[in-house]
Amino acid sequence: MQRSNTYILLYTLALTVFCGVVLSLTAMGLRPLQDANKEQERKMNIVGTVVKTEGMEKSDIVKAYDKMIDGFVVDFNGKVVEGMKPGAVNIPKEYKKPLKERVFPVYTAKDKNDSTKTEFYIFPLYGFGLWNNISGYVSLKSDLNTINGINFGHVSETPGLGARITDDPAVSERYKGKTLFDDKGKLQSVVMQKGEGNKYDDAPHKVDGMSGATLTGKGVNNMLDDYFTAYQNYIKSIKNTQTTQK
Amino acid sequence: MSTETLTAPAEKVKEPKEPLFSKRNKKLISNPLDIDNPVTVQVLGICSALAVTVQLKPSFAMALALTFVTAFSNLFISMLRNSIPSRIRIIVQLAIVSLWVTIVDQVLQAFAYDISKQLSVFVSLIITNCIVMGRLEAFALANKPWPSFLDGLGNGLGYGAILMAVAFFRELLGSGSLWGFKVFEGMGLAYLGNGVMLIPAGACLVLGILIWAQRARNGYFETE
Repeated sequence: MQRSNTYILLYTLALTVFCGVVLSLTAMGLRPLQDANKEQERKMNIVGTVVKTEGMEKSDIVKAYDKMIDGFVVDFNGKVVEGMKPGAVNIPKEYKKPLKERVFPVYTAKDKNDSTKTEFYIFPLYGFGLWNNISGYVSLKSDLNTINGINFGHVSETPGLGARITDDPAVSERYKGKTLFDDKGKLQSVVMQKGEGNKYDDAPHKVDGMSGATLTGKGVNNMLDDYFTAYQNYIKSIKNTQTTQK
Repeated sequence: MSTETLTAPAEKVKEPKEPLFSKRNKKLISNPLDIDNPVTVQVLGICSALAVTVQLKPSFAMALALTFVTAFSNLFISMLRNSIPSRIRIIVQLAIVSLWVTIVDQVLQAFAYDISKQLSVFVSLIITNCIVMGRLEAFALANKPWPSFLDGLGNGLGYGAILMAVAFFRELLGSGSLWGFKVFEGMGLAYLGNGVMLIPAGACLVLGILIWAQRARNGYFETE
């Protein structure tokens, strides 16, 4: 049966309104739960760069976070932004701004034995992989140079290839012990190479690549370089205070 | 008065009410599991069958999600079937399917965050799964709501069964575990995972063998 154009128009209108209402109600109703999940994931990612979380209960990881981790927000010049909570910083939104205008959450992990000392500094990362955004957390030892641990997240990298940055523990393992700055204190970042199966034990700024995922690797390299260009101002200021205290 | 005279003859014509689980309705569920399986016989929905079947757990979630979406989209479209203008029926179907898919996606993000991360884009891609649209076009538009719901349920389960079968072999051979439990290590055997099973090509192999076994059993041949 042929329907009139008016009928079709009204029908689509009604359908759109119906779908819109149902979806916004669902989204609003589930928002608190989803946010809680994301918050938990953030804490787990941060703790994951400092201690081995494999086999730990989620609630224990969150407890460990609350016990060990402090956070604050810094700007591009390395100055602490007062009155901002690190969890409230929307990193993907900040990423859209020019680098110099972004603010960055930074976390510190207390020394197990001496709670006045900072053992690790944890920096969030954000960038673009092959298909979509990638993210990460990297923890530096108290020298603010040596990578203690790193983990990555991604939105839609290719499963089995680029997605290995998240799924394959061996990939993040390669970053451990690498250094970001050279002897003169210049930022070298850590660069993932093309090709897989090569040893880079003697190269402190290079890691083995992922076969079939060179472009995701490039994204990771850009992300590290980008964010540590920003973080180095903060790192310098911390190092200065460290030397004056000594 | 006038309404009574109008409705009275119509009720005489009405067929005797079918029991909820009549033979025909039961077939709607059992056929897609076997001789009319959407994956092995109709070869639909292969994309996600290759992508999510590395492990049993996400496959199970995917199967549930798809079954839910097919069943309820079928139900909705069937309820609307007499009012949908035929010129825009595809877009109406798409709207209903995406409505359910978005709901499933949101619910997963709220209650099964890990699984929703593992499935990532594939939940949203249910929208483009040929099984869903296929059933809407082929069945729901021409049948009553209850049989349509069963048909959706059956096809979702048929898809899910194959998904689970593929995932069973891929997880067992690929990482030596089932549902995350290390089977071979549990038996005290060392097992080095088969890398092929972890990549989509492994799913292609397993699926091919399943399709062959299924068709050999039912004596199904492609007709030209």
